[in-house]
Amino acid sequence: MQRSRFGQLVSTFASRGPRSDELFDILASSPSEDPDGVTRFARAVEMAVATSEDIVVDDDLQLALFMLYGLAYGGVIETDEDWEWNPALIAARRSIEAAFEHALRTRIVLPTLPQPTGADVAAALFLLAAEDTGPSLSRFIARKATREQAIELVIQRSIYTLKEADTHSWAIPRLAGRSKAALVEIQADEYGGGRPERVHAEIFANTMRALDLNSTYGAYVDLVPAITLASMNMMSMFGMNRRLRGAIVGHLAAFEMTSSIPNRFYGNGFRRLGFGNDVTLYFDEHVEADAVHEQIAARDLAGSLAEDHPGLLGDIFFGAAACLAMDGWLGSHLLGAWESGVSSLLQPIAPAK
Amino acid sequence: MSKKTTTITPYANGPLVVRGDFDIVDSDGHVVPTPRSTVALCRCGISTIKPFCDGTHKAIKFQTDPPLEPVGVEAPRQ
Repeated sequence: MQRSRFGQLVSTFASRGPRSDELFDILASSPSEDPDGVTRFARAVEMAVATSEDIVVDDDLQLALFMLYGLAYGGVIETDEDWEWNPALIAARRSIEAAFEHALRTRIVLPTLPQPTGADVAAALFLLAAEDTGPSLSRFIARKATREQAIELVIQRSIYTLKEADTHSWAIPRLAGRSKAALVEIQADEYGGGRPERVHAEIFANTMRALDLNSTYGAYVDLVPAITLASMNMMSMFGMNRRLRGAIVGHLAAFEMTSSIPNRFYGNGFRRLGFGNDVTLYFDEHVEADAVHEQIAARDLAGSLAEDHPGLLGDIFFGAAACLAMDGWLGSHLLGAWESGVSSLLQPIAPAK
Repeated sequence: MSKKTTTITPYANGPLVVRGDFDIVDSDGHVVPTPRSTVALCRCGISTIKPFCDGTHKAIKFQTDPPLEPVGVEAPRQ
């Protein structure tokens, strides 16, 4: 993957339309250079949002949102760090977020809400995850996937997993008491419990390197469809907006609940294809880790948050349902492509050796 | 508050979650490596990574709350 250089900007990926193209130009300049240009960009984004056919899979706007969030994460685009809190860029981000959140709230069906008690919330979250009818990507990987398809899965996952857990860590200072302690208990394990080599994102980077993939963050952005960017953006939106702390908590609970069993299947799939422990360690680690995390996330994190703040109950379930829905959309894209005999990526990668 | 440093929490319809300062030893007395500070121990009997939980209890609808009637045991005659 080539790194391209525009002025002060270094990026591993290219624009996908007029707004992301303008954003590249803006980020290549300094924030004091052309303030009117940035304001014009924010207005143009607002217009594009209003006329977008479907914001959830809008390549240009999802990439722009991904780049704007990237200013807060770092490691996405190298540019002048003062851009992070530029008011016009924040305005552009907010107009994409508003339409994206509205689209999600319109499309995602909420279950009947339980009483806001720890036990009832945990039981209802487990039930929601168990009743999810999304496609089973993990069973496909376990039984049928080719080496190329298994590698495509890792490439698709890399957009989130090389920053695994960071999307949810934004919520830590927004919580208090039991729910904060529970989130930190999960995140401490995600971040290796004090051992850098056990940071989950790092274990995933090892898996990528064992597959001869580039583990630099963003190396494969050009290859993934808008829905993959939307999946990452949804987590960033839930995590970075304090107002949506219920949703990021619900998202984490559903994410953990749909992880341990699928990761066993993923590990088995990579073993079936002849890959070794250096590739499967990431998946095997998550079988055990997420069986712990799902209990803490359901009862101690989401359950306690609902007990302490019953007003967040609806958003906890919105976040959980959004996680399952987004996984379903992404899974349908991947399985749809593979079952038609084509790549799930925008350009197929070279066959694995 | 208890002064004990280890807690074991039964989670509804799921594993026993162990936190604190502990060793897990196998029947020969060898310490089972525990890579994380909080672990979940299998309670349903079908985990593939015993003694740890792997989440499979969900697939068999393992239930503790409320407990299921024992299967295959005749009720005592009145």
